[in-house]
Amino acid sequence: MIEMPVVDEAKCNGCGLCVSVCYCNALVLVGGVVTVVETEECSWCTECEAVCPTGAIACPFEIVFERSLA
Amino acid sequence: MEVEVAFLKSIQYFSKLTPHELESVKKLIFAKNIERGDTIVLEGEPAEALYFVGTGAVKMYRTSIDGKEQVLNIVRPGDSFNDVPVFDGGPNLASAQAMGPVTLYGILKHDLNVFLQDHPRITIHIVSLLAAQVRHLVSLVEDLSFRSVVSRVAKILLEYVGDGKGLGQRLTQQDMAAIAGTAREVVSRSLRALESDGVIRMDRHRIVIKDIEALKDTAGVST
Repeated sequence: MIEMPVVDEAKCNGCGLCVSVCYCNALVLVGGVVTVVETEECSWCTECEAVCPTGAIACPFEIVFERSLA
Repeated sequence: MEVEVAFLKSIQYFSKLTPHELESVKKLIFAKNIERGDTIVLEGEPAEALYFVGTGAVKMYRTSIDGKEQVLNIVRPGDSFNDVPVFDGGPNLASAQAMGPVTLYGILKHDLNVFLQDHPRITIHIVSLLAAQVRHLVSLVEDLSFRSVVSRVAKILLEYVGDGKGLGQRLTQQDMAAIAGTAREVVSRSLRALESDGVIRMDRHRIVIKDIEALKDTAGVST
């Protein structure tokens, strides 16, 4: 499973701004609410989170030590 | 492509105009379709027009001499940008770039000045709009004592580092901004600075701490 941005549907007002700024077609509007499409193309640019006027979409980071990934 | 009167009415500049006045100003508005990534205005160049976003989003930013970008604001549908240089006659304060496809509306500086002279009562709304922009920028200026923000962000990374198994608490840049008492844009810049210094690596949804000693040093934490 690929990590993807998280949408809070209760906060989403369906404005579609996140969809318009997404480079990789990872976001679509379905029934007036943003839905995330799992894709390896998503580079976690976080532009969707930056542009959302209601804070409905989040790109949370996991903070790790490099050695723990070895 | 013409601007709709209903859209003009939704813009604060024109919200108090009568239908007849809206039809008058509509004739002065031009429309443009902008592609993702296109620069709409460039910092420092003469200001030609006041712009309104119809659809899409526009990023306002300034660029330092060494090429670092600081985002000042994101302009969304119904909002305006390039207000200050249009009114004070100076050059563009910031550059504006389309974050995705944008429908843009604009009014030339000369046309706006003539319209305002003929309709002085709307200037009070423009004053309150500009005041709100000043308030936002003052807050950003306060946040931009840059060195201390990088230090706060470094501390946050140290406090929230997980075990790499994916189960630890995760933070968005907005979360970090709230914890650090700063703006999201400043956190973003701080992370880029830490990555540029080789202290961390941004690996998609992971912030990887490469140099723990350097990070502690930046955070002002004893090693």
